[in-house]
Amino acid sequence: METFQQKNIRKRKLKNSILHIVLASIIVFSIIMLLLLLYQVFSEGLSRLSWSFITSMPSRFPDRAGIASALAGSIWTIGLTIIFSVPLGVGTALYLEEYANQKSWWTKLLQLNIANLAGVPSIVYGMLGLAVFVKFLHFNRSILAGALTLTLLILPVIIVASQEAIKSVPSPLKEGSYALGVSKWQTIVGVIVPYAAPGILTGSILAVSRAMGEAAPLIMIGAAGYISFLPKSPLDSFTVLPIQIFNWTSRPQAEFAEIAAAGIIVLLVLLLSMNAIAIVLRNKYQNRMD
Amino acid sequence: MNKKIKQKEFIIEKTLLLFAGITIITTIAIILTLFGESFLFFREIPIWDFLTGTTWAPTLKPRSFGVLPLLVGTLMVALFSSIISLPLGLGSAIYLSEYSNKKARKVIKPILELLAGIPSIVYGFFALTFITPIIKQILPQTEIFNVASASIAIGIMTLPMVASLCEDAMMAIPDSVRNGAYALGSTKMEVALKIILPSTATSIASAFVLAISRAIGETMIVAIAAGQSPMLNFNPLASIQTMTGFMVNLSLGDIQQGTIEYKTLFAVGAMLFMITLIMNLIAKGILHRNKVRY
Repeated sequence: METFQQKNIRKRKLKNSILHIVLASIIVFSIIMLLLLLYQVFSEGLSRLSWSFITSMPSRFPDRAGIASALAGSIWTIGLTIIFSVPLGVGTALYLEEYANQKSWWTKLLQLNIANLAGVPSIVYGMLGLAVFVKFLHFNRSILAGALTLTLLILPVIIVASQEAIKSVPSPLKEGSYALGVSKWQTIVGVIVPYAAPGILTGSILAVSRAMGEAAPLIMIGAAGYISFLPKSPLDSFTVLPIQIFNWTSRPQAEFAEIAAAGIIVLLVLLLSMNAIAIVLRNKYQNRMD
Repeated sequence: MNKKIKQKEFIIEKTLLLFAGITIITTIAIILTLFGESFLFFREIPIWDFLTGTTWAPTLKPRSFGVLPLLVGTLMVALFSSIISLPLGLGSAIYLSEYSNKKARKVIKPILELLAGIPSIVYGFFALTFITPIIKQILPQTEIFNVASASIAIGIMTLPMVASLCEDAMMAIPDSVRNGAYALGSTKMEVALKIILPSTATSIASAFVLAISRAIGETMIVAIAAGQSPMLNFNPLASIQTMTGFMVNLSLGDIQQGTIEYKTLFAVGAMLFMITLIMNLIAKGILHRNKVRY
């Protein structure tokens, strides 16, 4: 006969096993969803993927349609976004960590404000871009207006990631530099930034890849038109890959769903290679530091 | 230090201060543009009619500006997506922090990060071409564009965020607390549910509010999969329109500054901004209350 205690232990262990199985199946659910999503995209799009798909302009006819102008638009916009957002973001993080008085109301306001900006929906940045860059500054529906909008969108993410990286620099390193009589800026350039570089890079690349997948803010600034030329300057009108995909997805014909999927494959490959670059760079820098 | 270096240092400090100031200018610009245009909107449309009207037809004559259908659509998407993201995100977090070993965590975390990093447009495509046909097969009365499909996709997309925020909080609890409970003979379940959950309750609540706020602001998935019909109904299998869906749909056409359409865009945008801002502030407020410290 089982005693009361033995029975109780058996029951508790059984409950524990049940919870273990339930939680593990939640994880399995996430993995299956990821696999299903990738399977759906590749099974629809792979047959449409070809060199001519990448080099052709969009078209009413799905067989002739391609992503050339959208791809060029994405590269232009993201290139400019990187140029604007990384110096601004890292500079702000340096100010907050190295210059600002941590206890002053101004620093606290800055921190609170950045945290709140990070939670503002991307479409709201699109409205800001529409009102300020497109209408008020008369950049019209240009690459420049799009890149500035995306810059404001990802700035909080870059700032927070860079702050974390800068915080992780051991203070003996900084103090050693100051003890040699080196100025603050030279310490930043020579000690802090190199040490924090892996963290800054990873955070920035993640932020930029988020910008690359964004469609909503750019639709708000009017980048959803039919573009059949390759942009040549930052003031040209443009479209980007996610908007081109959106455009094709919203059409009822099955052929357009297929080329939308092919466009998604290109987008995902771009995003994955950016993340791969982030990992390689991080490892390279980290090895040097250790 | 000589004078030249001092001067240079001064200029650099002020430049960086200017950079930091851009974030403040951004907030001020958001508030000014959203509320400036909304102010013009509410000079034409009484705010009471906007907030309580049940017919939304801002572009068709006779025009009507009752925002309730958009609001209900948005809240439905937020509600149904959180049925997926909140429990599954929390469950994943408990598994990662309490049950899984280091090896499993090394595999699972990148997968969750991958799920979080996929652009929302891709989830929209997945919802329309994969989730919707499955729902239609089970429940044939489902419309092509429907709340359920979009909500499931948003739920999957926000799950990693909930998981990561909750897991961070759970991992912050020192192992000595767990080991104390194990020494008393507790099972992993008892540790997870009776010790870890209660002491991370505020972080979990805060993560939940943030996830709902994300779902409210999510745009492309609803624009693709939830439809463009601003009808006041509560049927998850029917087509609706959310605030963000309306904004995208209106922007696809050419709208001129000064028209009522343009002002409507900003009025809806201001409302969206206010709702998400309040939720984010609540999330932060919860986090700072009764924090258990070890």
